[in-house]
Amino acid sequence: MSSEHEEHLPIQLRTEALEQLLVEAGLVDPSIMDRFISTYANDVGPLNGAKVVAKAWTDPDYKARLLDEGTAAIGELGFKGPQGEHMVVVENTDDVHNVVVCTLCSCYPWPVLGLPPSWYKDPAYRSRVVREPRAVLSEMGLSVAADKEIKVWDSSSEVRFFVLPQRPAGTESLSEEELAALVTRDAMVGVAEVSV
Amino acid sequence: MDGIADMGGKPGWGATKPPTPAADEPVFGQEWEGRAFALALLSMRTAGTNLDSFRHALDRQPREKYIDDGYYGRWLHAAELMLVESSIIAPDAVEKRTRKLMGEEVAEPALPEPHKPDYAPTAAGSLRQVDDPPRFHVGDRVRAKDISPPKHTRLVGYVRGREGVVERIQPSALLPDTHATFEGENPQHVYSIAFDSHELWGPDAEDFTLNIDLWDSYLEDAS
Repeated sequence: MSSEHEEHLPIQLRTEALEQLLVEAGLVDPSIMDRFISTYANDVGPLNGAKVVAKAWTDPDYKARLLDEGTAAIGELGFKGPQGEHMVVVENTDDVHNVVVCTLCSCYPWPVLGLPPSWYKDPAYRSRVVREPRAVLSEMGLSVAADKEIKVWDSSSEVRFFVLPQRPAGTESLSEEELAALVTRDAMVGVAEVSV
Repeated sequence: MDGIADMGGKPGWGATKPPTPAADEPVFGQEWEGRAFALALLSMRTAGTNLDSFRHALDRQPREKYIDDGYYGRWLHAAELMLVESSIIAPDAVEKRTRKLMGEEVAEPALPEPHKPDYAPTAAGSLRQVDDPPRFHVGDRVRAKDISPPKHTRLVGYVRGREGVVERIQPSALLPDTHATFEGENPQHVYSIAFDSHELWGPDAEDFTLNIDLWDSYLEDAS
C-alpha cells in the first residue's frame, strides 16, 4: 500500500464514493442528478435533429433561415439549451461534404443530437479526422466521391456545428414525418449519408 | 496546454470505431456513467467554477485517468479535481470512501473549509459583446501564433504557425484561456479560419479544408 495513489480504483465505486460525499454534505440533490440523467437518456437526442432536417427538406423558407441563423431556426422547433448556445448549420451538397469533430474534448450540439456517441469521443476519430478525413470516413463506411470537396469543422469554440445532409433521391412523395424517420445521427455529424 | 486532450493529428490511436446505430447504443452504457455525467455538471456549481475550468481539469488528467476509465470516467476525475481545488472535499476523500466501499477499514478525512475561486460570470453562457470592430475581415490571410500556452487554451497544437483564411466571423465570446483560471473573461472576436490541408499536413496530405474557430489573440496578420 505504499503507492496508493498509483493504484487504479474501480471507477464505478469512485463515482459512488463522490456522490455519497456530496450528498452527505448536502451539496448535491440525488433527485436533480436523476433528472439530468433522465433528460439526456430519454428526452434529448437525434430525433430532435431529424425533425430539423426533415423540415428543412420540405420547407425552403425554413431551410434558408436554418442556414442563415441556425440557432433561431432550430429554436423555432423548441430545441435550445446547453451546448446549443450558437448553432451553425452547414449543408452537404453535390459539391461539398461537411464533417464535424471536436479534437480537444468532444463538444457536440446537445439540443439537436443529445450526448455524443462513443465513436465521436474515441481518440482515433478525434485525432485522425482532421488529418485524413477521406480515409476515416471510408473506414466508417462512407465513400466520398473524389471530386467532392471535404470540409472538416473542428468545434474549438462554443459554436456548435450541425450538418444538413442531402435529401436522398426517390423521397419526393414522403411526408415530413416519414423523412425524419430516415435521418440518422451519423448523417447529422457528417460520417454517413441519408439513404432510403 | 500541450496535454493529452490536444489530440488533433496525433498518431497512435489506431482505427476508428464503426458507428453503431443510435438506437443500439444506450446514452449511458453503464449506470455509473450517468451518475458521473450528472455529478460533473453539478460539481461546476458546487465548486464555484465554470465550463472552461472543467475543460482545464480534463486537460490536466494524467494519461491513465484520461483514457482508462473512458469519457465519463475522465469527467468524474475532472470533477474531483475541481472539488479538491475549491476545498469542497479533502484531497484523499474520494479514494478513502472508495476503499471503504471496497470493504477496507480506512479513516476518512473531515470536510475541509471551502475555498472557492474568486469568480462570478458577467452573464450566462460564453457569448459576450465586443464593442471594437473585428480586427480581421472575411478573406483576410492570418497565421495562428506559434505559441504553447502553459495553461488551458483552445489554440490546438496542429494549427500553430500555420496560415489560413478568415471564412466567417463567429459571435464574440469570452476567452477560455483566462476564464478557465478565473483571470477574467477577456471577451474577444472569434473567427472561423479555413486551413488548406497541405498547409497543415504537407504536400502528400489528402485534399480538404479544415475549419476551426480561433480567438483574436491567437492570430496574427499574414497578408
